[in-house]
Amino acid sequence: MKKALTTIAFGLAAGVAFTGVAAAQETLQQIRDRGQLICGSNTGLSGFGVPDAQGNWTGFDVEYCRALAVAIFDDPNAVSFIPLSAKDRFTALQAGEVDVLFRNSTSTMSRDTSLGLDFPAINYYDGQGFMVNASLGVTSALELDGASVCVQQGTTTELNLADFFRRNNMDYEPVTFAQSVEAVEAYLSGRCDAFTTDASGLASERLRAPTPGDHVILPEIISKEPLGPVVRHGDNNWADIVRWLHYAMLEAEEYGVTSANAQELRDTSEAPGIRRLLGVEGNFGEMIGLDNNWSFNVISKIGNYGEVFDRNIGEGSPVGLSRGLNALYTDGGLQYGHPIR
Amino acid sequence: MASVVDQAPPRASLIYDPRVRGFFFQGVLVLLIGWMAYEAVTNAVENLRAARIASGFGFLGQPAGFDINQTFIEYSAAASTYGDALVVGLLNTLLVAAIGIVLATIIGFAAGIARLSKNWILAKVASAYVEIIRNLPLLLQLLFWYNAVLSTLPSARDAIELAPGFYLSVRGLSLPAAVFDGRAILILIAFGVGIVVSLLVRRWAKARQAATGEQFPIGLTMLGLVVGLPVLAWLLLTLSGGTPVTFDVPQQGRFNLTGGSQLFPEFVALVLGLAIYTGAFIAEVVRAGILAVSRGQTEAASSLGLKPGQTMRFVIIPQAMRVIVPPLTSQYLNLTKNSSLAVAIGYPDLVQVFMGTVLNQTGQAVEVVAITMAVYLIISLVTSFFMNMYNRRIALVER
Repeated sequence: MKKALTTIAFGLAAGVAFTGVAAAQETLQQIRDRGQLICGSNTGLSGFGVPDAQGNWTGFDVEYCRALAVAIFDDPNAVSFIPLSAKDRFTALQAGEVDVLFRNSTSTMSRDTSLGLDFPAINYYDGQGFMVNASLGVTSALELDGASVCVQQGTTTELNLADFFRRNNMDYEPVTFAQSVEAVEAYLSGRCDAFTTDASGLASERLRAPTPGDHVILPEIISKEPLGPVVRHGDNNWADIVRWLHYAMLEAEEYGVTSANAQELRDTSEAPGIRRLLGVEGNFGEMIGLDNNWSFNVISKIGNYGEVFDRNIGEGSPVGLSRGLNALYTDGGLQYGHPIR
Repeated sequence: MASVVDQAPPRASLIYDPRVRGFFFQGVLVLLIGWMAYEAVTNAVENLRAARIASGFGFLGQPAGFDINQTFIEYSAAASTYGDALVVGLLNTLLVAAIGIVLATIIGFAAGIARLSKNWILAKVASAYVEIIRNLPLLLQLLFWYNAVLSTLPSARDAIELAPGFYLSVRGLSLPAAVFDGRAILILIAFGVGIVVSLLVRRWAKARQAATGEQFPIGLTMLGLVVGLPVLAWLLLTLSGGTPVTFDVPQQGRFNLTGGSQLFPEFVALVLGLAIYTGAFIAEVVRAGILAVSRGQTEAASSLGLKPGQTMRFVIIPQAMRVIVPPLTSQYLNLTKNSSLAVAIGYPDLVQVFMGTVLNQTGQAVEVVAITMAVYLIISLVTSFFMNMYNRRIALVER
């Protein structure tokens, strides 16, 4: 009996203790051991992260997850997606349920510091806007005094909304929902006059309306929303991988390397920047614990930043966003790939 | 007794003494639980520190920065803290629980008694209600009330005017709000006096009935006192030249009806859903309680000349209550806890505000979840404390 008790006690101790050990283990090694990346994604935002009719995840953020899987395993399917609401996402990341979040998360100082998170890169510069029913005849967000506003809970959106109305000395009635889809449904049913989220989100949520043309997006952008991937604080190597994945995709666009010509340029290009990017020169992959072909694989299998943008959310896609702030710095935008050298 | 022990056989080893063994194993269990709790806490603290996640309860004093639509205390994004948000959420939960419990009790008793009625239609309607409602998930019912029923109401600009000043729309029910001036306190005092006096009258009437058998119209008198006195006070104040109570009537604004007070559709859907759902369970509890009272009681009451209604009120229900109250308490607790499903329909209850927004903005999951659990625990313990007290009062007093 006594022996049995000791065994049980030991098992329990191990269980409690191991949770600590596991969290400190290197993320990259864990992913390799597991054989796939686990990516925290949106619960369903057209163009950014949404499962299609066959259950395959598609979208801008989803392709970043696939690109990361390619960088590690050279396989865009070595990734599983866990849809997370705005409210649950950081807890899931902190608890180690996902390796990385790619779901329109705004980088802020308090999240970066007190939540134990890191924002290694910004893959979409955004700002918060409002959508209203065209029949209201509202043309500016400053006319929204007294309006009911539907908003998703647990977002910077909720805070910006309060700031905006306070700053302009206007009244409003917030109606908050845990899931974005609930907030949009409530807005469409007439519960609220306006729906607010990041401008990119408005463009994609508008597609949910029976007739998207009935809804107008107001011109005011009321906040700065630098959106990007999120990782746990403390594993610097893993943060490096995510950061340089984004820069590699930006550099590829800057140098004109696309999924179509990556192989050809790798074989023929004499440009030192391209040779370093495609793994012909240097050992940049090794520096972050990956294969030296990592960025070549990403670009040939997924594409550069511009390709991913255009395919999922660009002007040719149903979401129809212009590059705007997300143009390369050479075109007057903010996307500036740091040199791979 | 002692002498028997004295003559006990030669002392066996302590290992075979059941009392010693009992103490030993209980001690081991206590140590094990204590040690596990200690490990869990220190491990959590260690992990949080390692992951550089802020901890402690200091966040309760930090400014909240977000707004809530239904608040019973002064609350604004600018001036309030996360602690205030906790109080707002708690009050909203308590409001839903209190109104839900009252409504569910009324619905439950009505349906439970109706199910036993000799009136065939009434009994079948009650059965159908119970069987349908208690066999569907509550979340589904809440979504039904919110999305299928209330959201089909007209928009705020085409609000239905139920009565002057009462507007019904998809934004809820707007109704005139009473605005009291300083002297209105007299009306409140009149109300208080009404209650006290009517309680005294009831005591006197009961004592008289017990002594002489003479009856007194207690119900009417109480109603007259509780309602009549405040109305009288209001009349007197108005006649003395003043308007102690004015009404703020809702006006059609650009987007919403402004002014007056508002009953939000989220609140209505939640209260309706909870009351109707829990009412079905209470109906079964009540039915079981009534059936537990032997038929002889009804027959005896009839033979004493009591009418069926009186039999129910004075003979059956008081005895049935002993069976009803303990499971009724559980239903009350269930209703309170189920109110946390508010999160699905956007009602700002404790879970929605505190476990939702506050948790996400501060990221302090351990503290927020611990506080929320403690609050629900306290609400439930207080509820069962009062219900147990009531149960002791109505329990059969035996020798």
